[in-house]
Amino acid sequence: MRQLSLRQDLPRMEEDMSQSAVAEVSLQPAQPRRFLKPETQTAMLFLLPSFLGFMVFMAVPIVASLALSFTNWQLISTPSFVGFQNYIRLFTVDPAFYTVLRNTLFFAVEYLALNIIVSLTLAVWISSLKRGKAIFRVIFFLPTFTPTIAASVVWLLIFTPDGLADTIIRALGLGLPNFLLSSTWAMQAVVLVTLWANVGYNVVMFNAALDLVPKHYLEAATIDGANAWQRFWRIRLPLISPTIFFGTVMTAITSLQVFDEIFAMTRGGPGSATATLGFAIYQKGFTNFQMGYASALAWVMFVMIMALTILQFHMQRKWVHYDD
Amino acid sequence: MTIDPASRHPHSVSQHRHRILRRVGTVVSYAGLSLIALLFLFPFFWMVSNAVRSNAEVMAVPVRIFPEEYHWGTFVEALVSLPFGIFVLNSFVVACGVTAIVIAVSCLSAYAFARLKFPGREGLLLTYLSTLMIPQVMLVIPLFLIVSKLGWINTYHGMILPVAFSSFGTFLLRQFILGIPKDLDEAAMMDGASRLRILVTVIVPLAMPAIGLLSLFTFIAQWKSFLWPLIATSGVEKATLPLGLTLFQTQQGTAWNYIMAGATISMLPGVVLAIVLQRVIYKGITVSSGFGGR
Repeated sequence: MRQLSLRQDLPRMEEDMSQSAVAEVSLQPAQPRRFLKPETQTAMLFLLPSFLGFMVFMAVPIVASLALSFTNWQLISTPSFVGFQNYIRLFTVDPAFYTVLRNTLFFAVEYLALNIIVSLTLAVWISSLKRGKAIFRVIFFLPTFTPTIAASVVWLLIFTPDGLADTIIRALGLGLPNFLLSSTWAMQAVVLVTLWANVGYNVVMFNAALDLVPKHYLEAATIDGANAWQRFWRIRLPLISPTIFFGTVMTAITSLQVFDEIFAMTRGGPGSATATLGFAIYQKGFTNFQMGYASALAWVMFVMIMALTILQFHMQRKWVHYDD
Repeated sequence: MTIDPASRHPHSVSQHRHRILRRVGTVVSYAGLSLIALLFLFPFFWMVSNAVRSNAEVMAVPVRIFPEEYHWGTFVEALVSLPFGIFVLNSFVVACGVTAIVIAVSCLSAYAFARLKFPGREGLLLTYLSTLMIPQVMLVIPLFLIVSKLGWINTYHGMILPVAFSSFGTFLLRQFILGIPKDLDEAAMMDGASRLRILVTVIVPLAMPAIGLLSLFTFIAQWKSFLWPLIATSGVEKATLPLGLTLFQTQQGTAWNYIMAGATISMLPGVVLAIVLQRVIYKGITVSSGFGGR
């Protein structure tokens, strides 16, 4: 895989890449006006559509979202600047915010841990097979290609009172309440459905990485007397750790944003047992029309995602091994 | 030389036992994984199995695994009498529209980033890339304001344009184009071809594997998409399939068989694509996981 090149090509430098300069953000004063080089003109034309889209549907919204988070805009009234009031209200006045934060973190931690454990187990299991790998990969991958809402609606039917889940729970004599009606169990149902719907992506990715581990490493270890367990922990796991890292980061980013399952299955309930940040932002913005407050919530989510990603990049030094 | 049976026999017995153990292990391994796979597939079965029941039977209290009677007509009724047919059309228009724009825009920008030199190239590329970390809900509120100010609520372009400019495609295609030999561009340039012509006649055909993968992932992502269609539309007229499923969940909360039929219809393209293109997807995921450092 080619590395993302951070080189800034010097003007007039020939094709020789080895001579390129090291990354450098050019902050030189504007040069005297000259006609742009034809290549630059072509580049600008080629980039125009994506740049326009980027500005209108990315850059402007990001800035607008930040600006909105400092206003009290409720869609009908004219917005007025309220400083940090939304953020202060979040952390001090709004009793629901800590519930939402706790739900979000609870979901993210449990879901992330289960996703990595389950996907790694299934990936190792599949890669140990001689035949039929593709069939199992497709089966576990199928839910990731189906609309989350459709999956959630099917699970909603499974969890409906006196439905299939209740029948099984009763038959097994487990004495559990209906998951979606119980404030302690509703979140477990959401975790289960999200896991079912998304675990396949990591299964396939980890399986691919495991299959790429060079056979002769494992053979050499076997000759040295390593058993299957040692070969897994000492050789295969370290070799696929960059892929596990990538999967963990991506899964963490998406888990903090969970929305579809909650909208379709619980609408944040019962009570506020499954109200996560993603759902709270939608609710505050599009049901209560508190756009300013919802934007502040969205920035809290963004900061959480950034913090978690930075933390993971920081921790990767401890457990991720790179060949080169 | 005499063969001492006592010295050979135990050895072959242990080898034999070893082989049997290994075979038993293989059988257990396949059986266990197959069981998990069946549990994994069960919701699909439950969906179809309930789509073909009468609604009374869906709600009947001792739950039956297989339907008492098969009402295959539910699928047609869901498509015709409930507007699931319109939802299918809307989903297709939006998913295809986004995919077409993503491919066109990404090809142009990826070529510029991979082949053309211009001041500020790396900085712009990094800026594009950094947007991949922005959570969707953060953009949704201002995008709703922009789209409603433009009067684009409940229009196809309002549903398509705001989500058609992800920089993921630019990055994916750029990585692929970097791997295409530059000599090919130069040869075409000698023949007097313009950059656009080179992109269309030389690069695009060679980048087809990456473009195909990007189309597939974009189409499926849009087909699955829920939050933006939910916000950019009101009512049933422009609703996409996932949206339609939740609309009927509240408005006609009891029509579970129709909802299951709708869910089945909404899952079909993904299931078919996942099975038919499993090799391509597997390769694509292997490649994209390469961003992780492999």
